[in-house]
Amino acid sequence: MTSIRALTAAAVGTGLLLVTACGSSSNPTSNAPAGNGGSSAPTDTIVVGSANFQENVVLANIYAGALKAKGVKVSTKLNIGSRETYIPAVKDGSIDLIPEYSGVLLQYFDKSATAVSATDVFAALQKATPQPLTVLTQSAAEDKDAIVVKKETADKYSLKSIADLAAVADKLTLGAPPEFQTRTDGIPGLEKTYNVKFKTFKKLDAGGPLTENALKNGQIDAGDIFTTDPLIDKNGWVVLEDPKNLYTAQNVLPLINSGKASDTVKNALNAVSAKLTTDDLVKLNEQVSLEKQNAETVAQKWLSDAGLA
Amino acid sequence: MIAEIWNWLSDSAHWHGPDGVPIHLREHLQYSLIALLIAAAIALPLGLLIGHTGRGSFVVVAIANSFRALPTVGLLTFFVILIAPHIHSTGTATYLIPSEIVLVLLAIPSMLTNTYAGISAVDPAVRDAARGMGMRGSQTLWQVELPNALPLIFSGIRSSFLQVIATATITAYVSLGGLGRYLIDGLAQQDYPQMASGAVLVAVLALLIDVLLAAVQRYAVSRGITGRYSRKRIVDPAEQQAMIAAAPLT
Repeated sequence: MTSIRALTAAAVGTGLLLVTACGSSSNPTSNAPAGNGGSSAPTDTIVVGSANFQENVVLANIYAGALKAKGVKVSTKLNIGSRETYIPAVKDGSIDLIPEYSGVLLQYFDKSATAVSATDVFAALQKATPQPLTVLTQSAAEDKDAIVVKKETADKYSLKSIADLAAVADKLTLGAPPEFQTRTDGIPGLEKTYNVKFKTFKKLDAGGPLTENALKNGQIDAGDIFTTDPLIDKNGWVVLEDPKNLYTAQNVLPLINSGKASDTVKNALNAVSAKLTTDDLVKLNEQVSLEKQNAETVAQKWLSDAGLA
Repeated sequence: MIAEIWNWLSDSAHWHGPDGVPIHLREHLQYSLIALLIAAAIALPLGLLIGHTGRGSFVVVAIANSFRALPTVGLLTFFVILIAPHIHSTGTATYLIPSEIVLVLLAIPSMLTNTYAGISAVDPAVRDAARGMGMRGSQTLWQVELPNALPLIFSGIRSSFLQVIATATITAYVSLGGLGRYLIDGLAQQDYPQMASGAVLVAVLALLIDVLLAAVQRYAVSRGITGRYSRKRIVDPAEQQAMIAAAPLT
């Protein structure tokens, strides 16, 4: 009797563990759509995905709204995860379209890529993007990773650029997402390009509330925060310059499965790219993260202001 | 996939240094045990009290059960953002305190409801007999109700343990260590063998802990309750009666 109970408890326990394990991660080896399971969408529907941060979610909503306005059937799978998670999902067709950033995407496809200017990066990206994926025209809007410090820290160590960190980084703590440890422009890039080695590296989120709060409250001295984060202006933080172009041009563009890129789809997305600017990104982020507006509402408003929906 | 997990686990590089299994295992146990001790200190006395007196059970159990519905990861982020501005530390305290709060909230319901249910489900005839023998309220609780409720209390403790061990992985989401590091980093870095190995380690740890607790339970619960007697010899009914009567706890 006791052993049966123990076995049951163990079995139930294992079941719980498996459920928890699956809940905390999308299963990368399955062919089901990443993020959450469910039946695959009909072939004429465009599935728009997004990375797991606000701005990308808003951009995905803008793409989805622009396509809907042109009569394309659209469904969304938002907040999927990091690039390392969602690119395989675009490749296997579980999602068809995702807003991307030119520079980081190029480095993802070609680790040895050297292009830094917006034009060079885009040209190289068009070559490096593997079938069946393709990128459409890039927008002027740019959102880069940046190493951001508080004004006090910048004054104390007279920091203007990432290069100035080399002498003092061994006293400082960096906050960044876990993938920063292995990315070409993460910890390895900081060491190689600027000889910057931080004392500690706290694994937080991708420029989200954890990193922002940790920087604000002094748990980290420098954070990997996106240049379009409205909190930078609000808190008077300092974005360290990047003279050696560790963070290359990062223009917003659509990454799409070429099988789904019909002329209607291309035109709708190119129209978005033609209108979108970096200022727009800051404002969109402000509305979502500071004014707590719904990402879909904010996207719709931008589309109607731009005359695209 | 199984071969990749095996390769990852048998690679000695993964068993040394600040990202090695021994360190993360120790952190994982540390986070879990702190949460379980705090939860036990709250849930067990409270469960005994409301089970014994029968008062306030509805409110307390309803509140405890509502904890089960809280989304753990969301709660963790919430507490970090709420608490972090008040802790001026560059160490781990900023993240450890919110994590422990979340794990304690998770561990309380099973222990509390099982303790309460175990005590209140004791056969009224047994309770009456205790009173008839002249036992005071506290004597009845410690010598009659508690031993009778022990199997159920243990199952509460064991399910709390399993839940906390499995959920302590989320502490890695807020920069702490523990075996969750492998899950979170593996996902972010697209290193699936690392992720799967982390999951295997957590599962093995949870099972080992449960086996350990099962052994403790086996020796802690009175034989008068489990009816666990040697199977080697045929027990004479009269002798069995005598043994039950002689069992220390009834």
